[in-house]
Amino acid sequence: MSYRSPLGRARGLGSAKQGTHHFWIQRVTAVALIPLTLWFVFSLARLPSADFDAVSWWVAAPSVAVALVLYIGCVLYHSQLGVQVVIEDYVGSEGAKITALLLSQFVHVIAGLAGVFAVLKIALA
Amino acid sequence: MSTPATSKATPQRPLSPFMIGPYYKPQMTSMLSITHRLTGLALTVGALLMVALLVCLASGPEGYNVLVPHLTAWYGQALLAAFTWALLYHFCNGIRHLMWDVGKGLDMPTAEKTGYAVIVVSVVLTAAVWATALATA
Repeated sequence: MSYRSPLGRARGLGSAKQGTHHFWIQRVTAVALIPLTLWFVFSLARLPSADFDAVSWWVAAPSVAVALVLYIGCVLYHSQLGVQVVIEDYVGSEGAKITALLLSQFVHVIAGLAGVFAVLKIALA
Repeated sequence: MSTPATSKATPQRPLSPFMIGPYYKPQMTSMLSITHRLTGLALTVGALLMVALLVCLASGPEGYNVLVPHLTAWYGQALLAAFTWALLYHFCNGIRHLMWDVGKGLDMPTAEKTGYAVIVVSVVLTAAVWATALATA
């Protein structure tokens, strides 16, 4: 037997089976960010100097470049999900909400691509 | 007679009061919760700054070297220290959230203990990062 209401059956609409997707990806990126964050802060702390040669030499090391690409991807994906929740919680009007969500998503995708491209350019130079 | 709705944003039904205001007493746990969200928003700005720095680095020494004196000046270091703590606070409290997600530590005494632990560990980790940085410099 079906538990769907007659109206629900008539409309032919139902769950998109994505109810937990946002929650789950937020947790997946959170777990990935545990080792990546510790690596990131302590690696930066151990840089001998902030000048161009020291930092670009560090970024160019293959293991660092790969970890940085992972870090940038996870951070910006996690950030996008978090900002989305904040916008959905506090922006009341539908128009402003959708505008803010689009803006946030565009900024996050552009930043992610720019960050990954910058790391690859330094690493492959 | 029902009164007309003042706007679409205020439906005529009981609503839970907003967390800030006269209805709820501020508690350590609720303050940590809002700090998690505020540090998250600050870290979004931090992530964009990190990307901007990487783009400057990739575009060559001329642009990047203009930034270095600002990064090493007191205000740059203070900003980096603030971002370090925000990141490590969100990191520690995020682990607390993951623990809740698997159903552990949801009772009040444990939630308060882990809350204090998050404050202490985030400060200790921040100090450890900066001690490492100062020892390396």
